[in-house]
Amino acid sequence: MSDAHVGTLEHTHDEEHVAHQFDNAQQQYESGNLGMWLFLLTEVMFFGGMFGAYAVYRTWYPDAFEIASRTTNIPLGAMNTLVLIVSSLTMALGVQSAQLGKRKRLAWMIALTMFFGLVFLGVKAAEYSEKWHHQHVPGLNWNWTEGEGGREVQILFCLYFAMTGMHAMHMVVGVGIMTWLLITALKGRYSPAYYNPVEISGLYWHFVDIVWIFLFPLLYLI
Amino acid sequence: MQHHIAPTRMYIGVFLALAVFTALTVFVRLGLEIRSFTIAISIAVVKATLVILYFMHVKWSGVLTKMAVVLAVVFLGILLLLTLTDYGSRSWQPKIPGWEKHQVVQ
Amino acid sequence: MSALTEPRHYTSELNYLNNGWTLKSWLLTKDHKRIAMLYLISITVFFALGGLFAAAVRLELLTPPGDLMDAETYNKMFTMHGVIMIFFFLIPSVPATLGNFLVPMMVGAKDLAFPRVNLLSWYLYVLGGIFAIYAAVQGGVDTGWTFYTPYSSTYSNTAVIVTAMGAFVAGFSSILTGLNFIVTVHKMRAPGLTWGRLPLFVWAHYATSLIQLLGTPVVAITLVLMMLERGLRIGFFDPALGGDPVLFQHLFWFYSHPAVYIMILPGMGVISEIVTCFSRKHVFGYPFIAGSSLAIAILGFFVWGHHMFVAGQSTYASMVFSLITFFVAAPSAVKVFNWTATMYKGSVSYATPMLYAMGFIGLFTIGGVTGVMLATTALDLHLHDTYFVVAHFHYVMVGGMVMAFMGGLHFWWPKMTGRMYHEIWARISAGLVFIGFNLTFFPQFILGYMGMPRRYHAYPEEFVVLNVMSTAGSSVLGVGYLLPAIYFIYSLYRGEQAPPNPFRAKGLEWETPSPPPTENFLTTPVVTEDAYAYAEKEVKALV
Ligand code: HEM
Ligand SMILES: [Cu+2]
Repeated sequence: MSDAHVGTLEHTHDEEHVAHQFDNAQQQYESGNLGMWLFLLTEVMFFGGMFGAYAVYRTWYPDAFEIASRTTNIPLGAMNTLVLIVSSLTMALGVQSAQLGKRKRLAWMIALTMFFGLVFLGVKAAEYSEKWHHQHVPGLNWNWTEGEGGREVQILFCLYFAMTGMHAMHMVVGVGIMTWLLITALKGRYSPAYYNPVEISGLYWHFVDIVWIFLFPLLYLI
Repeated sequence: MQHHIAPTRMYIGVFLALAVFTALTVFVRLGLEIRSFTIAISIAVVKATLVILYFMHVKWSGVLTKMAVVLAVVFLGILLLLTLTDYGSRSWQPKIPGWEKHQVVQ
Repeated sequence: MSALTEPRHYTSELNYLNNGWTLKSWLLTKDHKRIAMLYLISITVFFALGGLFAAAVRLELLTPPGDLMDAETYNKMFTMHGVIMIFFFLIPSVPATLGNFLVPMMVGAKDLAFPRVNLLSWYLYVLGGIFAIYAAVQGGVDTGWTFYTPYSSTYSNTAVIVTAMGAFVAGFSSILTGLNFIVTVHKMRAPGLTWGRLPLFVWAHYATSLIQLLGTPVVAITLVLMMLERGLRIGFFDPALGGDPVLFQHLFWFYSHPAVYIMILPGMGVISEIVTCFSRKHVFGYPFIAGSSLAIAILGFFVWGHHMFVAGQSTYASMVFSLITFFVAAPSAVKVFNWTATMYKGSVSYATPMLYAMGFIGLFTIGGVTGVMLATTALDLHLHDTYFVVAHFHYVMVGGMVMAFMGGLHFWWPKMTGRMYHEIWARISAGLVFIGFNLTFFPQFILGYMGMPRRYHAYPEEFVVLNVMSTAGSSVLGVGYLLPAIYFIYSLYRGEQAPPNPFRAKGLEWETPSPPPTENFLTTPVVTEDAYAYAEKEVKALV
C-alpha cells in the first residue's frame, strides 16, 4: 500500500517529485491514486473470503452465533466504532489541510489520526484480554462452560478472532504509515501541488474504517 | 492540478451523520432489543457509502475510481452469492430411499 | 530467413544490458526490462526443479507396481511438481517476464507506473520460492497443489504450512504485477495509442491483471485460515469441529479457476502477436479478440463450482456452474477461430515462433474441448480425478501456456538480448516439444477414460502400455526443453547481432534498438496507425 507511491518521494522541491517514468505531476498523481484504489480492491476481496465463511456458518448455526455474540462487549465495540469514525474525520481533514497548504494543521491531523488509531488498538487489546480471561480463545485458551453448542460457538469465535485480528493488523500497518506521514509532513514535504502520499494513505485509512463499520454489526449486534 | 477541496463543515456534517447512525444501530440492539440482520447491515451500508463518497472523495472522482468501487462490490457479491447458492440449495436434494441414514451434515 | 534482410547498424551504444555490470545494478534495478530478466532466470530455475519432480512421477509410473518409491514419497513428488509449476512457474511465466518487458514498451512508456513495486514483486516471488524450496528440503508436502482440507489442516504430517506460506507470499507478487500493469495501461499510453490500437498482448495482460487483483487475495486469506486451523487446531473447515471442508474448496476455486485463466490469457496474447506477424496480415476481428479476453476474465469468476461436482456441492449449484462453464468456453473459441481466420490467405511462414503458435492453437483447442466435456456433470462423475483431468489441464497448461511462452521467448529473444538464436536448432526443438508433448499426454486421455485415477503410485497391469508411452514421451519433451536452454545461452556469446526488427513485425517494441536503451525509446513514440497494420503495407509492396 504505501509502496504505491514510494517511487515519488525522493526530493523536496515540487517539480522534482515527478519520477522519471512519468511525463508530468498530473500523470503521477492519477497513477498513484488509481494504484491505491486497485490495492483496496484486492483488500476487499481479501476480507471477502472471511465474510464468505461468516455468511455460510451463520446460516448454518444461527443459534450458536446468537449465543456467541451475546458474550461480546457491545459498549466497547460501539465506542471503538466511534473512535474509528473520529479518526476518519481527522484523516479527511488532514488531506484537506494538505490541499490548502496548512502544514501545521496537517501535522496535527495526522498525529490525531494516529492517536485515535492507537486508542482503537488499546480497546481491542482490552477486549481480547477479556476473552482470554473467559477462556473464549479457540486454540489457545478455550473452555466453553456456557452450556450446549460449544462446537459451533467455537467457529464464531474463530471467525471473530480471524476477522478482528486481520483488521487490527491493518490498523497497525495504518499507524505505521501515519508515523511515516507525520515525519515527512513535519519536514514540510507536502504542499497543495504535491500531497498524493497523504491522500492515498488516507484512502487506506478510510478503507480500514469501512471494514470495521461492517465487523461491528456482524460480530457484536446480530 | 485542480482538485475538489471540500469545506470543513462538510466533513463535520458527514462525521455527525456517521455518529448518529452508529448510535441508532446500537440503540436498535440495546434499547429496542431488536436483533435484526437487515437493519444492522442496512445502517452499515449507509455508513460505508458516506465514508466512500465524502471522506474518500469518490463523489468528485473520475469514472475509473467509481468503477473500482463498483467492481469491488460486484465481485464480493459474486463470491458471496454463488457460494451461498450451494449452501442454500443443499437441502433441496431429492431424497433417495435410504439416503437419510448416510447423511452427515444437515 | 527474414532476419538477415535488415541492415545491422542499429544497435545502440548504451542499452539496458550494458548499463551497469555490478550485481547491485541488477539486484536493485528498477528497470522493468532487467526485472523481467531476473524473473526469467528465476522461473527457469523453478521450471527445471518442477521438471525434476515430474520426471520422478513419470519414472514411478513406468511400471504398474509402486516399486521406485513408496506411496508417501510419490504423493510428495506430484504435490511439489504441481505447487512449483503452478505458483512458481506458470503464473509468473509470461506476465512477469515477457509482460514485464513488453507491456511498458508496447504502450510506449519509459517504465511501469511503479518500478519499485515491480522490484518488490520479484523479491516477494523469491521469498515465496525460498519457502517452497525450504519445504522440499524439510521433506516435502503431500496434499496436492490444492491443499484440500481437512487433509492439509489436520491429517498430513508434512510441511504444509511452509509450502502454503510460499504460495501466499508469491500470491502478493502476482497481485503487485497485476496492479502495476493496470495502472500502466490506463495512465501511461503514448500519444495516439487509443484503446482500440493497443496490441492484443496488452489487452490480454490487462484482463489477466484484473483476475490477479480480484482473485488472488481470496486464495491468500483461504490459505491463512487453513494455516491457522492447522497451526492452532481450531475449526474453520474441519468437520469434526463443525466446519465444512467444501467451503475451503469454494474459496480455493474462487481463485483457482480464474487462476487457470491467469495461466492462459497472457499466452493467448503472445499468440495474437505471433500469428499476425508470420501471416503478414491484420488480425481478424480485433475487437472480438480483445473483448473475449475481458469476457474470459469476468466469466471465469462464475464457474469455479465445476471442480466440485462430486465434492458434496448441491446438485442444483452444480447445474448452474456447469451451464456457465459452457458459456465460458465460447470466448476461448472466438479466439481460436479468429487466429485461424487471420492465417487464412495470409502469407504464412514457419519460423520457430510460428511453429509454437500453431502448436498452441491445436493443443489448446483439444484442452478446451475436453474441458467442456468435463464440465458436463454426468461425464464428470466418471472422469473426475482420473488421468483424463490430468490430460485436460496439461493440454491447456503445457500445450497451451508453455508453448506460448516458448513461442514468445523465441519471438522476442532478439529484442531482449540483441542476439539471434540458431533457427534450425530452434525448429528441431519445437518439433521435439510437439511430438514429446502429445506422446506424453494423449495416452493420458485414454487412461483416464478407462478409469485410471490420478494421484496413485501404482496401477493395474492393463494400463502399462499407455503409461510407458507417456513416460517415453516425457523424455522426448524433456530434451525439447533442454535444447533451447543450450542454444539460447550459446546465442548470448556467439549469436549474431539482432537488428531492431528481425521479423519485420509491427508494434512499438520493434521501433527501438535491440536490446532497447534503458528508457526504452530514444524519443517518445507517437502512434498513428492501428495495431497489426501488416496487410496494407504488404499489398502495396506487391503491386
Ligand atoms: C475452455 C475452457 C475450459 C473448461 C470448460 C474447463 C473445464 C474444466 C473442468 C470441468 C475441470 C474439472 C475436472 C474435474 O476435476 O473433474 C477442469 C479442471 C482443470 N482445468 Fe480446465 N477448463 C478449461 C480451460 C482450462 C485452462 C485454460 C486451464 C489452464 C491453463 C485449465 C486448467 C485446469 C486444471 C489445472 C484443472 C484441474 C485442477 C485439479 O483438480 O487439480 N482449464 N477444467
Ligand atoms: Cu476450472
